[in-house]
Amino acid sequence: MQLKVPGPMVVSDFTQQVEAIIGQSVSKCYQCGNCTAGCPAAPEMDFGPQRIIRFVQLGLKDLALTSNTIWTCASCVTCTTRCPQEVDITGVMDALRIIAQREHYPVQDRYVTALNDIFLGNIRTFGRQYEIGLIGKYNLRTRQFFKDVMLGPKLFFKGKLKLLPHRSGNVREVREIFRRVKEESAASSANRAGRA
Amino acid sequence: MARIGVFVCHCGKNIGATVDCERVAGEAAKIPGVVHSENYLYMCSDPGQLKIKDAIRDKKLDGVVVAACSPHMHERTFRRAVAEAGLNPYLAEMSNVREHCSWVHQDIEDGTAKAIDLVRVMVEKVKLNQPLTPIRVPVTKRALVIGGGVAGIQAALDIANGERDVILLERDPSIGGHMSQLSETFPTLDCSQCILTPKMVEVASHPRITLLTYSELEEVDGYVGNFQVKIRKKARSVDMDVCTGCGVCMEKCPVKKIPSEFNVGLSMRPAIYTPFPQAVPNVPVIDKENCIYYIKGKCKVCEKFCGPGAIRFDQEDEIVTYDVGAIVVATGYSLYSVGEKPPGSTIAGYGEYGYGNIPDVIDALQFERLASASGPTEGHMRRPSDGAEPKTVAFIQCVGSRCPEKGITYCSKICCMYTVKHAMLYKHKVHDGDAYIFYMDIRSGGKNYEEFVRRAIEEDGVVYLRGRVSRLYRKDGKVIVRGADTLSGTQVEIAADMVVTANATLAQPDSQDVAQKIGIAYDKYGFFSEKHPKLAPVETNTAGVFLAGACQAPKDIPEAVAQASGAAAKVLEMFAVDELEREPTIAVVNEDTCVACFFCKRICPYSAVEEKEIKDRDGNLIKLVSHVNEGLCQGCGLCVVACPSKSIELLGFTDEQLFAEINALAE
Repeated sequence: MQLKVPGPMVVSDFTQQVEAIIGQSVSKCYQCGNCTAGCPAAPEMDFGPQRIIRFVQLGLKDLALTSNTIWTCASCVTCTTRCPQEVDITGVMDALRIIAQREHYPVQDRYVTALNDIFLGNIRTFGRQYEIGLIGKYNLRTRQFFKDVMLGPKLFFKGKLKLLPHRSGNVREVREIFRRVKEESAASSANRAGRA
Repeated sequence: MARIGVFVCHCGKNIGATVDCERVAGEAAKIPGVVHSENYLYMCSDPGQLKIKDAIRDKKLDGVVVAACSPHMHERTFRRAVAEAGLNPYLAEMSNVREHCSWVHQDIEDGTAKAIDLVRVMVEKVKLNQPLTPIRVPVTKRALVIGGGVAGIQAALDIANGERDVILLERDPSIGGHMSQLSETFPTLDCSQCILTPKMVEVASHPRITLLTYSELEEVDGYVGNFQVKIRKKARSVDMDVCTGCGVCMEKCPVKKIPSEFNVGLSMRPAIYTPFPQAVPNVPVIDKENCIYYIKGKCKVCEKFCGPGAIRFDQEDEIVTYDVGAIVVATGYSLYSVGEKPPGSTIAGYGEYGYGNIPDVIDALQFERLASASGPTEGHMRRPSDGAEPKTVAFIQCVGSRCPEKGITYCSKICCMYTVKHAMLYKHKVHDGDAYIFYMDIRSGGKNYEEFVRRAIEEDGVVYLRGRVSRLYRKDGKVIVRGADTLSGTQVEIAADMVVTANATLAQPDSQDVAQKIGIAYDKYGFFSEKHPKLAPVETNTAGVFLAGACQAPKDIPEAVAQASGAAAKVLEMFAVDELEREPTIAVVNEDTCVACFFCKRICPYSAVEEKEIKDRDGNLIKLVSHVNEGLCQGCGLCVVACPSKSIELLGFTDEQLFAEINALAE
């Protein structure tokens, strides 16, 4: 990988893009590595959070957005809590996921996105989670049909799983939330397109 | 028969835990000649010292052995106590049963046995101790300060303000040193010249300071309090008393193409010149190597135009001699050359950086001149090749420093901070420009230094890239910087308009000659050695010679100034008395057996051995012998070992005493 700086480039567009979402400058990060040190998901990541922040600082967009790190991140916020420079690392991860989705970067971890999609889909439909549906759809979509299947009966007999979905009384309001978010997101991306 | 008292100290648990002090005292009492022996928890405390004094009086002791810590720690304390009791202090000795015994043993049996041996050895030595009296030497209350940079200026002013005469020696035509070349200073960004030039003027006008510029040290003779220094006042070819400093000669001089030393080659100067307009003294010198008159015997344009008639082509070098009591060495540093390997140098350059071949690769001092309001561009950012404003500037740190391959293993210390300052100054001058700094570590220890670095990064948008630069080359008017950023793990290539290298700080190229002239030690890099790295950082091993500034190690301005004031305080401390007292443990020559081979003279690191003529009553020379100068000898004992005819003894450590110690061990 090579970072090429062919001519004037005060701060790269990518860095500004991320900073606009988190509302903070990433230049505060002095690369101490405390975020990576405390990250419970770091062993599964191809780059630790500290490297991702460095990519953002230097505008290395492809490296940041194609890493599995942003999808492996569980948003536990340990990094942000412990950062001595008060950089919102979890916020940066959120921002990178948003940009990656918006700009159709290939997702490095299909399991994570599958779960996210199904999870949100259920909530939109039922106003709350439908566990059996979530497990079923997730296992089908990720083609691991018998994953954790033996846990099913146990949970069922403890009354943790219901066979049929339970609708929330306020499905309408939940759908309204989804609609508004979509609208605002479209408006802001149109805005960005207009500025560019 | 000797009457010796032995005092065994527990030093709390330091000695007591691994040495049975009571048993040591008991065994010591059995040694023939020991008439008193006791042990106590803290011998150095007031009651402990009182025990020694009482025993001296009651038992009429004629020798004292204190078995305790290292003599470095408390020899003075105990000798003072012994003297207070009316005994010659040099009849008291310490036996080191702490560092040499309790601290290095774990078993109490081993420790106790060894402590008993150590005490026995010292008792045998003390039996042979002779009373000695400290040597007293008079003091000439005038100081020589070598080097007119900020450290030398500060030291000279402090000593002069302490009402003592000072001679300030500077080899360049003006004082000011490197600091006068700097633009702004970190971390406050105050202008270097604005804070330095008032001090320069103060030096020139101070009634207590004799300022000798364009002069060099020739020779140093003598010893602490009584140095004779010979100084060569180089011919300026201008009469300093007549010249008004109007500068017409410089304008009229037909030679105009000599690279200015002050502007590090970024501008040209005439053959008759002052280094910079604010020079002190503001009197030009003629550079004989480039002056047409000195080369061809014709011209004298300056003489024609000089209103007051101050030009003196026939002026010659003058040697002046001064007596001084103390010397402050403040000769400063030089900057590592990045280019080709200089002839005769052991340090290779960085050919791969193209310094000297690529005009837009400049060193840090050149950048200072570019950024300075008094510099060749009046502070405007213009690159040397085409005068264009550089929009992308790369700064490279650790050029030479921390590079064993180039022979410089140390950290130059000041580059981290001045590079931040450079990048910041650049961003302040070129708002739409980019500044990239290649670094290995950012070493910003110092008051407000780290904050300064963070400010450059977070507020001014300076980009730090962690990695060395492998190569610089020219392409389409740009300088391509090939480096790396280890934090992201990427190779970095920047097309820069200008590159600034932070070169290693070296000792002055002739520092070793200077050290040898003065008789002080230097390290393998040519930096002068302090007496003790922690407890005597201002003194040298040569009494009466002190260090200030970057001649000792790379230093920034506040450190150099602090050390200079420290050196001045040391000088004033020396000058506060009329006679200096020195340890009498020095070498003496037996003139009857000395064969005048002068082996001792060659080996003496302090130049303390002199040749002495022995004459009969009629004044006829009988023979030559060695003589040890009491003022210079530091009692190291090298000459004693070297003397082939065994004619030199070290008082307090005579052969007889040492053999007695060895015999005691062999019993």
